[in-house]
Amino acid sequence: MIKIKNLHKSYKMGSNSLHVLKGINFEVSEGEMVAIMGSSGSGKSTLLNILGILDEPDQGTYNLNHTIIKNLNEKVAAKYRNKFLGFVFQSFNLINYKSALENVAMPLYYQGVSRSVRIEKASHYLEKVGLADWASHLPNELSGGQKQRVAIARALASDPKVLLADEPTGALDSTTSYEVMELIQQINDEGKTILIVTHEDDIAHMCKRIVNLKDGIITSDSKVKQVRANSKEYV
Amino acid sequence: MFSLESWQEIFETMLKNKLQTFLTMVSVFFGIFILVILVGFSSGIEKGVKSQFEEDATNRIAIRTRRTTKEYKGLNPGRLIQLRNNDFEEFNEKYMDNIEYKTSIYSVWRGQLVYNGEFGNYRVEGAYPDQQFIENQRMVSGRFINNNDVNQLEKVAVIGDQIKQDLFKKINPVGEYVQISGINFKVVGVYSDPGGKREESRVFIPLTTAQQIFNAGDKVRSLAYTIKMSDNFDEAVALSMALTESFENDIRTKHTISPDDRSAVRVENTLEEAKRIYTLIATISYVFWFVGIGTIIAGVVGVSNIMLIVVKERTKEIGIRKALGALPSSIIGMILQEAIFITAFAGFLGLFAGVGLLELISPMVDNDFIKSPQVDFKTAIITVTILIIAGVLAGFIPARRAAHIRPIEALRVE
Repeated sequence: MIKIKNLHKSYKMGSNSLHVLKGINFEVSEGEMVAIMGSSGSGKSTLLNILGILDEPDQGTYNLNHTIIKNLNEKVAAKYRNKFLGFVFQSFNLINYKSALENVAMPLYYQGVSRSVRIEKASHYLEKVGLADWASHLPNELSGGQKQRVAIARALASDPKVLLADEPTGALDSTTSYEVMELIQQINDEGKTILIVTHEDDIAHMCKRIVNLKDGIITSDSKVKQVRANSKEYV
Repeated sequence: MFSLESWQEIFETMLKNKLQTFLTMVSVFFGIFILVILVGFSSGIEKGVKSQFEEDATNRIAIRTRRTTKEYKGLNPGRLIQLRNNDFEEFNEKYMDNIEYKTSIYSVWRGQLVYNGEFGNYRVEGAYPDQQFIENQRMVSGRFINNNDVNQLEKVAVIGDQIKQDLFKKINPVGEYVQISGINFKVVGVYSDPGGKREESRVFIPLTTAQQIFNAGDKVRSLAYTIKMSDNFDEAVALSMALTESFENDIRTKHTISPDDRSAVRVENTLEEAKRIYTLIATISYVFWFVGIGTIIAGVVGVSNIMLIVVKERTKEIGIRKALGALPSSIIGMILQEAIFITAFAGFLGLFAGVGLLELISPMVDNDFIKSPQVDFKTAIITVTILIIAGVLAGFIPARRAAHIRPIEALRVE
């Protein structure tokens, strides 16, 4: 599903150049649930941005769903993002003057789906995350956990190949975090490929594979036994 | 791009920035409002001044003579320069190629008209048939003087509409007999004149008849011509000026008048005057448009400014949209649509307010210089076009900035 080879990325900070990614090689196959861990400054967010076609590498190749992602203009990049990827952010990033349902329907709007189909699909995904009753509420009327569920529903609405989550539980307390992770695990169980950037150990262990990043290189990459978020030891 | 949602979004953001939106709308509103009022008044001035010129044909040249005021070639000042039939005939022949209509006039200031016990004093002018076109007169009923009347010294009269109202009331004057200075004349026509009451208080009779009944011999008071118009206005003006000079020189030479005796010969050239006034009107109209467009530019800058604020405030939202797959074009469309909406909405209000105010005051404003200030359809269309262009311009820079927002940076903003 995802294949990256020898990925380099540096940022210019005034006269200095900051080498953030120093040759990343990494593959993800379909149905995997991968945690990308690392302290701040390790390059994990940069990696996620590149994976999310929000940023471009300086060097190296990126292959997403058998499509080479390189030198895309904004239009094509926008199309691929819409078609292949779903985003979940730490700060939810919902549009605050739109209802939960409208937020979920947004990616479909950019796919050119007709209004009635949008509403139908969005309602389906909202129901899937357990918020069918909250469809007409605005984001500021929802709790943190509910907002993240709406964000997840929105990420799923366009039926992407890969779900990219950047610290999805970073702004939530631990009980809510586990509820959200439970939802993400369910989605993975249904076969969706998921990448989660996190610096929390317990969250990372709820994935099936942990990739450790340090100073721009992968220091370890191993499969782990998945801890279910709803298992007794956390309740 | 113009779906329900995009409108909903526009109203949402406008409500979020109520004060800025309101102030911007006020500036656009007044921009258009002032433009419409100015343009309305400039067209009012144009109409007013044009109607002043409609009294007579605009390509008219009139020749009058008076007493000399300067000694010349041994001749004393105070000589009366008298135009006669042969002056008229010589000019007709000499300038045949450039003349359109021609007449000589013998007039008395106060001729008494009597009809059926009603009487009044009016100016009586003996003239040729061409007078009708030189004076820009329209027949209300009957006919004007014709060549046969002149040749046969017929006692026929053409009266102004004002005289008809004064003396004849509701009776149709055509075919009736009216006494002019004690002599019976048959009324053959009634005319109206764009110059109004003053110009309609005149009686025209054949020149020959006038010379006979007033014992004038071959004397005439004045000569009037219109020149042949060419399509090019400037050429016509040049011709008119050349003829004017030529007429004046001829009379000075023939009647031995000092070249610097201004009051002895007067040749009036309406076209030159007209050109001067038209140039003035055009200048006024340019100035008005300039000021009006200036105020619109101020409004547009305001719209542009508020849209920049909107884009800045929505940076994160635009970032999210892009992450969700929004095309740059849809982002540009969103911002442009909002800018155009604000300018168009406020602008149309200004347009309607301006047109409404003009309609309201238009009947009250009617003096010699301004006549019914109004905005015609064409001007309204131009204003609307300016509005839409202004909206696009106002939205362009903010929209481009929005399109260049990079999602990563936008989403980093907390």
